[in-house]
Amino acid sequence: MAVIPLAQAINQALREEMRRDDRVIVMGEDVGRRGGVFLCTEGLYEEFGPDRVIDTPLAESAIVGVALGMAIYGLRPVAEIQFADFIYGGFDQIVSNIAKIRYRSGGQFSAPLVIRAPYGGGVKGGLHHSQSPEAYFIHTAGLKVVIPSTPYDAKGLLISAIRDEDPVIFFEPKRIYRSVKGEVPEGDYTVPIGVSRLVREGSDVSLITYGAMVYECEAAAEKAEKEGISVEVLDLRSLLPFDGEAIIKTVRKTGRPIIVHEAPKICGFGAEIAAFIAEREILSLQSPIIRVAGYDTPFPLVHEHLYLPNERRILDAIRKAISF
Amino acid sequence: MSIIECAMGAFQIISLDGSADEEHLPELSTSQMLKMYRDMVLARRLDSWLMRLQRMGRVAIHAPSEGQEAAMVGSAHALETEDWVFPSYREMPVYIARGVPISELLNRQFSNEEDPLHGHDMAVYGSRRYQIIPAPVPVGMQIPMAVGFAMAAKYRGEKAVAITYFGDGATSKGDFHEALNFAGVFKAPVVFFCQNNQYAISCPYSRQTATKTIAEKAVAYGFEGVWVDGNDILACYSATKRAIEKARRGEGPTLIEAFTYRLGPHTTADDPSRYREQAEVEKWREKDPIARFKRFLVRRGLWSEEDDAKLYEEIEEDIKREIEQAERKQPLRPDVIFADVYGSEPWHLAEERDELSRLI
Ligand SMILES: Cc1ncc(C[n+]2csc(CCOP(=O)(O)OP(=O)(O)O)c2C)c(N)n1
Repeated sequence: MAVIPLAQAINQALREEMRRDDRVIVMGEDVGRRGGVFLCTEGLYEEFGPDRVIDTPLAESAIVGVALGMAIYGLRPVAEIQFADFIYGGFDQIVSNIAKIRYRSGGQFSAPLVIRAPYGGGVKGGLHHSQSPEAYFIHTAGLKVVIPSTPYDAKGLLISAIRDEDPVIFFEPKRIYRSVKGEVPEGDYTVPIGVSRLVREGSDVSLITYGAMVYECEAAAEKAEKEGISVEVLDLRSLLPFDGEAIIKTVRKTGRPIIVHEAPKICGFGAEIAAFIAEREILSLQSPIIRVAGYDTPFPLVHEHLYLPNERRILDAIRKAISF
Repeated sequence: MSIIECAMGAFQIISLDGSADEEHLPELSTSQMLKMYRDMVLARRLDSWLMRLQRMGRVAIHAPSEGQEAAMVGSAHALETEDWVFPSYREMPVYIARGVPISELLNRQFSNEEDPLHGHDMAVYGSRRYQIIPAPVPVGMQIPMAVGFAMAAKYRGEKAVAITYFGDGATSKGDFHEALNFAGVFKAPVVFFCQNNQYAISCPYSRQTATKTIAEKAVAYGFEGVWVDGNDILACYSATKRAIEKARRGEGPTLIEAFTYRLGPHTTADDPSRYREQAEVEKWREKDPIARFKRFLVRRGLWSEEDDAKLYEEIEEDIKREIEQAERKQPLRPDVIFADVYGSEPWHLAEERDELSRLI
């Protein structure tokens, strides 16, 4: 099996789905000739031509609004927003139109489309190339939100997203586009939306996370192991719908859940997970539910390594949970 | 130059060979023109240094302005100190023309303790003192802002005019259209200065609009659009001067399109060979705005090769010295992360700041 980086797994998913289904259209800024600024759509323009790989005008609102129109017609558009930070320009279309078309049409119409966007920090991109805006979309009924952390999942989840009957916001952790490589089978397979991945088994503490933070959590878990603390790591992969069953299972097992994400803490997705655990499993808890998250400031340009949760902060939380 | 005249071609004063349309020459003293020339050269040299520093990993990212100096320096020289600038991220030559010392620009680039933006953003620069709003990275955001500022100045009876800079790509955004519409409706004292450098990263002009010019879009919003040769500094100066004075007289907004070309990559992270031919770039190098203005000055006996050599030497030394100084300054403290979020710090941020200091 070929070992490829995450960005290339995305490229493979798009290419194979476009070959399989001529309803699949890729559109966005610089996705054609340039192959995308992160080269996720490299080679697609050459293979499928300008009618299926569309370099659009610079207009996020229209990119997603137009994708909706295409989806309603019966195509399967995959719209790229160049950076998640620019998705806000299309926010109104996404939350007011795309998310609600099924509901407001009484189920007559739906929006089977995917909006892909690189997200997250770690690339020294400053406050408009680093944000993690997932919570806004998880908060909006009608949308599904997915974040892969491995090349295998990236391909399998993107294929699932393209085939899904509802709109999927697909955030890609750009900081690991090239640095994380993994085995990816050629050809068709899917990873179901809504199912998490147990990255590492442990019995004392549960790290519940997603995206590039999976790797920080793994590193912290290794370190904790040396201190005699056994840490489980759960990669959610899908944030909505999220894998409630797996969360309950790990909380029952360790009693010490820690949620880790890059997005700011206040009203971040960790708050939802914490509430979910508190509502359903409070009697299993042996420590408070802890969140390790980005600070509640805009994303900084300098010192981003201090802003982002890292091994050290996660380890600090693990020790806190254990010594409670 | 009205929109109808646009049909005939972009407004030009200096021809490629440096000869001039005497009838349209703006009233500028020799020292003013030499200052404009100096600003262009300084911008070009600093730009080239920043590209190099980025490649060496000493600064984070840079959006080069090579080829667009006439549009930026020319228009910025048409402003008065009371005017306000709402730039995009490529406008370093505007800052230089506005009198910002390069030491300040470099403090920003190196994010040292004197970075006026406190290390929070990679927008090239911004300063209340020089009346420059920091460029927002999301394309087009500055355009409605400039309109609001202009409306407020008008409400207060002040004479300040707002000028906003943006690229051809930005004209595809709702922000652009909505802002122009507002400006038309409220007769805001604002100048919209579009640098059509023919690319938005890899997307050529034809992907942004089906109209021949950007300038003609002004018609739909009820005011004047001007199409100018963006590589001709005097044409850019004159068109902007007229628009600024018109706005100051209370006669409303103008859209200026400076037709130019981005000679370099989009940013240091871009590779233009993926989307355009080198031959095209070479063709535009022949229209280099700095060479053209120099020919004009030399022809009129205002400048010589010796003057030029001296100027370049002087500028090189200035830049090297300032880079050295900026790099020697202290880095920003870690807890600067928590500065400037609110006017006064709420408890939860104080807590997070404490956590950070405990952990490092
Ligand atoms: C809203 C938004 N979408 C996408 C981007 C990514 N991006 C940065 S610059 C750029 C092209 C801008 O082109 P143009 O407006 O013509 O200005 P130029 O860079 O040519 O000066 C794009 C797509 C962005 N910064 N903001």
